[in-house]
Amino acid sequence: VTHTGDSSVDGPEIRSRALESLLYEKGLLDPDAVDAVIGSFERGYGPLNGARVIAHAWTDPAYRRRLLDDAPAAVAELGFREGEQLVALANTADVHNVVVCTLCSCYPWTMLGLPPRWYKDPSYRSRVVIEPRSVLAELGLELGEDVEVRVWDSNSELRYLVVPERPQGTDEMTEEELVGLVSRDSMIGVARASSPVDA
Amino acid sequence: MTVEPAVAAMTGVSAVPRSNGELVFEEPWHARVFGLAVALVGERELAWEEFQGRLVDEIGRWQEAHATDPNAEYHYYERWACALERLVLDLYLVSADELEAAIRSVGIDDAHEHLHEHRRSPPAGGGNER
Repeated sequence: VTHTGDSSVDGPEIRSRALESLLYEKGLLDPDAVDAVIGSFERGYGPLNGARVIAHAWTDPAYRRRLLDDAPAAVAELGFREGEQLVALANTADVHNVVVCTLCSCYPWTMLGLPPRWYKDPSYRSRVVIEPRSVLAELGLELGEDVEVRVWDSNSELRYLVVPERPQGTDEMTEEELVGLVSRDSMIGVARASSPVDA
Repeated sequence: MTVEPAVAAMTGVSAVPRSNGELVFEEPWHARVFGLAVALVGERELAWEEFQGRLVDEIGRWQEAHATDPNAEYHYYERWACALERLVLDLYLVSADELEAAIRSVGIDDAHEHLHEHRRSPPAGGGNER
């Protein structure tokens, strides 16, 4: 925790608390609404949601099929609501999917939380389309020549969620343990799911 | 709530601090003031840009004022708090006098708590007492 050192009478923390109580007193804002906003950002969105979906798909083949057929309905089964049209893309031994938004920064943020800074970087947005293998290698993901790379361009109507391959040596792991192997980057397609040794 | 995607989509200097997709709050009051602005914009049905524009202005003003001061500590949510003050004043939701009175009142309450924490009994004649 970094302290701002501002405990003076008109420091920003005090000013902010004063404004908060004033807004409540004047009936301009409901404290519950503020709690709801903070709660939804802290718990309602984030890569953990996506990781739960992926781990469930790894352990339940029927769920995996439903996820690939109709992702919005499948994530809703687990209580998540991705507002936009969501499409799940399965990585296999032969096909690797990676997601970009060449125009702006469309992103399935209910599933993945706030996008990483590089996702909005003009260089990622333009280069991953032209030379995906090099960009992935720079991000630490080497793919064999025999693997087909598919780049998916998001837009305001379509958001993509990559379903990474389940790592080797995880047969004995519970679904809850598997959740910990699914990183945000693996669901964008710029990394593999962690192996149980790394995690 | 339609405000949230707009909050998440902010880029450049106004982008909210994040780590692995989660919001990062250095101090609890940062989360409060974050929630205040998002809830207020939502409840008043304002465009998020009304707030974001002021945030960008406040960040720019701070950067200009501290351009030659290498020791100045930049805190995103302090700029955020200034932008929120600006917004409520500009929209006449709160007057400057009301705000200053509320700040004094919170400040005095705090000073009292501080005294009670550090001294067993309040000082005789207590300077700030009313």
